Amino acid sequence: MEILASLVTAFADLFSLFGLEVFVGGMLSGIMYSLVAIGFVLVYKSSGVFNFAQGTMLLFAALTFVSLTERQVNFWVAFAITCVVMVIIGLIIERTVMRPLANQDLLSLFMATVGVNYFLEGLAQGTWDSAVHGVELGIPTDPVFVSEVIPWLDILVSKFDGFAAAVALGMVVGLYLFFQYTRTGLSLRAVSDDHMASQAVGIPLAKIWAIVWAVTGIICFIAGLIWADRLSVSFTLTWAVLKGLPVILIGGLTSIPGCLVGGLIIGASEKIGEIFFADVFGGQGIEHWWAYLTALVFILIRPTGIFGERDIERI
Amino acid sequence: MYYRETGQIVRSYVKDRSMVPLREDRWIMAVFLAFMFLVVPFIGNDYWFSAILIPMMVLSIASLGLNIASGYTGQLSLGSAGFMSFGAFTAYNFLLRVEWMNIWLAFLAAGIVAGLMGIVFGLPSLRIKGFYLLVSTLCAQFFHEWLFNAYPWFLNYASSGVVHLPYFHYRFLPFQDQIFDMLGLAKEYNAYVWRYLITLIVTVLLALAAKNMVRSSTGRNWMAVRDMDIAAKVIGIPVGKTKLNAFFVSCFYCGVAGAMYSYCYIGNLDFMIYDLRRSFLVMFMIILGGLGSILGSFLGAIFVYGWPIFVTRFGDAVFGGGYLDTAFVENNSKIVVGTIIVVLLIYQPLGFAGLWNSVKHRLRIWPFRT
Amino acid sequence: MSNTPVLAVNNIEAVYGGAILALRGVSLTVNKGEVVSLLGANGAGKTTTLKACSRLLGAERGEVTKGVIELNGEDISKLNAFDIVKQGVVQVLEGRHIFSHLNVEENLLTGSFIKNMSRAEVRRSLDYVYELFPRIKSRIKTPGGLCSGGEQQMIAVGRALMAKPSLILLDEPSMGLAPQFIEQIFEIVKRLNEEEGVSFLVSEQNAMVALRYATVGYVIENGRVVKRGSSKELLESTDVAEMYLGGGKDVSFDEVKYYHRRQPSFV
Repeated sequence: MEILASLVTAFADLFSLFGLEVFVGGMLSGIMYSLVAIGFVLVYKSSGVFNFAQGTMLLFAALTFVSLTERQVNFWVAFAITCVVMVIIGLIIERTVMRPLANQDLLSLFMATVGVNYFLEGLAQGTWDSAVHGVELGIPTDPVFVSEVIPWLDILVSKFDGFAAAVALGMVVGLYLFFQYTRTGLSLRAVSDDHMASQAVGIPLAKIWAIVWAVTGIICFIAGLIWADRLSVSFTLTWAVLKGLPVILIGGLTSIPGCLVGGLIIGASEKIGEIFFADVFGGQGIEHWWAYLTALVFILIRPTGIFGERDIERI
Repeated sequence: MYYRETGQIVRSYVKDRSMVPLREDRWIMAVFLAFMFLVVPFIGNDYWFSAILIPMMVLSIASLGLNIASGYTGQLSLGSAGFMSFGAFTAYNFLLRVEWMNIWLAFLAAGIVAGLMGIVFGLPSLRIKGFYLLVSTLCAQFFHEWLFNAYPWFLNYASSGVVHLPYFHYRFLPFQDQIFDMLGLAKEYNAYVWRYLITLIVTVLLALAAKNMVRSSTGRNWMAVRDMDIAAKVIGIPVGKTKLNAFFVSCFYCGVAGAMYSYCYIGNLDFMIYDLRRSFLVMFMIILGGLGSILGSFLGAIFVYGWPIFVTRFGDAVFGGGYLDTAFVENNSKIVVGTIIVVLLIYQPLGFAGLWNSVKHRLRIWPFRT
Repeated sequence: MSNTPVLAVNNIEAVYGGAILALRGVSLTVNKGEVVSLLGANGAGKTTTLKACSRLLGAERGEVTKGVIELNGEDISKLNAFDIVKQGVVQVLEGRHIFSHLNVEENLLTGSFIKNMSRAEVRRSLDYVYELFPRIKSRIKTPGGLCSGGEQQMIAVGRALMAKPSLILLDEPSMGLAPQFIEQIFEIVKRLNEEEGVSFLVSEQNAMVALRYATVGYVIENGRVVKRGSSKELLESTDVAEMYLGGGKDVSFDEVKYYHRRQPSFV
């Protein structure tokens, strides 16, 4: 009975202006997850590889950048160097791991990225260090009242979240257009469907994948920077990938706009769960599994996510 | 070479279906088991038991469990440490709260409860498949951390969040206290040997059970579902039931492994130990050892657990004690394990077990070549 | 130059995974404008031969260990699958291999990327394919995976045509298709061959149909070519009849003393 009563209060609280603020704030913070998710989906869509190393690539990028700036390297020089490093890492992964494994089943490819993940984890910390580094990019973090723009909406949001949202939106729109309307984009989709057939029609697999992994490297870097600014750079950054996971599953593994929607849903649900429902379950810290539960509910309704491509199977 | 089927003619179906068809293999197994049971307890020391043999066996059981779900049934799982944790906590609470409980029943209960949790978190597999299923097992992983943190009842309100588990608190022999008293032995007498024997017995039993399951219709159903579930359904295999019983068995093994991990290996109960990284380690074990192989589960566990120890000892031997710091060893083993995973996937997708099979095959026809 | 064969396979040997010997001596020639059929039972090595020619073998852990494959007189051992398609040789894979999440038109478009065609040219090629296969025109926006087997085979052939090939390696086009469809596909083959001068190397189990449309046929068994002849010769040969056409019941193996097709067992 007690639980029921507190559930009722929780729901009542939800439909207040405070509830709306939490909702909007949550959605915006969910964009951070979308940033991680985009790289994920890019790789999956173009090669059918579920790239578990995404989080570590992110850490590696952020760590490289921070270590360079801490050694008094100019911001933009460090930025450029990190971009180059990430492209090289992407290319190396493609050349040494993905290409020899072309045409293997998806599970082997996934396992291979788990191996890469482990390798990069060791490499990142072996090359640099495992200390916690602060990053200051100068992205404003002060909150603003939305009412300045929309008079009746009297809630606070963070400028930082707005910035992250703009970056994510830019990437999503760009990538969506790329996949839908360019030859390379179409080739990428073909490759993710059937490696053998795309080779048979003369799609240069190696070149295509090199592009993908290079772009992924850079996307990881951008996401890594924003995450680093928010959290500081440390090993915990690799867990960003775990936050990205429910996001892409909700959105659908093959959908770039899905990343955005998934991020919004997970972010909002996480904040709402934490603020309104944690007490119901008698303990803080439910946000860790709450996100997965949300994702689970969504994919139980739509097994391949909201925008994901249905599996087409014939025996 | 040593391995030859020549002259070993099978004359009955019973023989044909025997678990170890080769006479030489049977001999090796028998000698190996006799050695482990009868010799090792007398020659081993605390370090070998507590730091090497026991954890390797415990982790082998965990990886065997994961292998049943992922390797045999094709259901990806990243929650094995979570299920280990459910097992450990079940064993603890049963031993704590049930008067007549002994360690064997507690392990059984640990397996069953973890298995039931496995069914709960495996239910989504009826509707979703592939990578989408990761979310369910990850949910289990994070759920246990929260559950045991939010409800201190499970830890008997231990203020530090860790419970120490002295081995003589649990009973593993009938009339154990009386026997020890009668013989005038201290309660801690040869603690590590007892812990070793308990682990060994459970490991052997579970390995035998697994071997038999994968040879029976249960195992064939698992593999059919793994290879193509739609086709399996068409030929009349109850796909849903098969997936769930794979989850149950898999999590049963993980649960028992978790209980043993706490009781026989570290002697503490602490949910922080069963974090996501341990799930990953178990996963590496099956990738390296070989998906869908029982021998592989053992080889993988031995390698993944043993490598950092080997590097440390090797460093000590070559450069003098304490030369290599733990961070180096950790990073090194990450790089090495990561590399080996990738290399194995490229050249020998069946892992160490596949490697072993091809070596065996080569030896059998040596000096000729394939 | 004119009498150099489009494709010349000279005594090749192919191995999968460094262990399984799939081909042990296959030689064949495809001249310009010919339709050559490759007959053989399951596992005889038809697909492996075609994949060796299109350099797709590597994708399945296979490799050509001996022998030479020449394309227009040039050795292809250094080329990859991409180069082969670039040279105008496209394989239509066994089992069709449609991009199941791409719609029909997108499927066809992927075939055209290899040639740097202008938009108008691509459009023209598309229209040509639709004209050949009116049936798939009505399904332009349908995901390839949802098309029927026959339509998928049409898409697969159409996709290959988009690259404007000079030689198509057609692997078991009849697999899982109704006789009507098979006939239709082969009519297209004939038409392309006559109108566009495209050469074909067709692997088939359905020897009756294949030989009706082909000029030359090869019979392949256990990884080696055991018979070569014009379609007419093959149709009249008792071996082929007894192997594929259901005839030859009166051949008694016990009485055949020197049976020329019989191979020493290697296993």
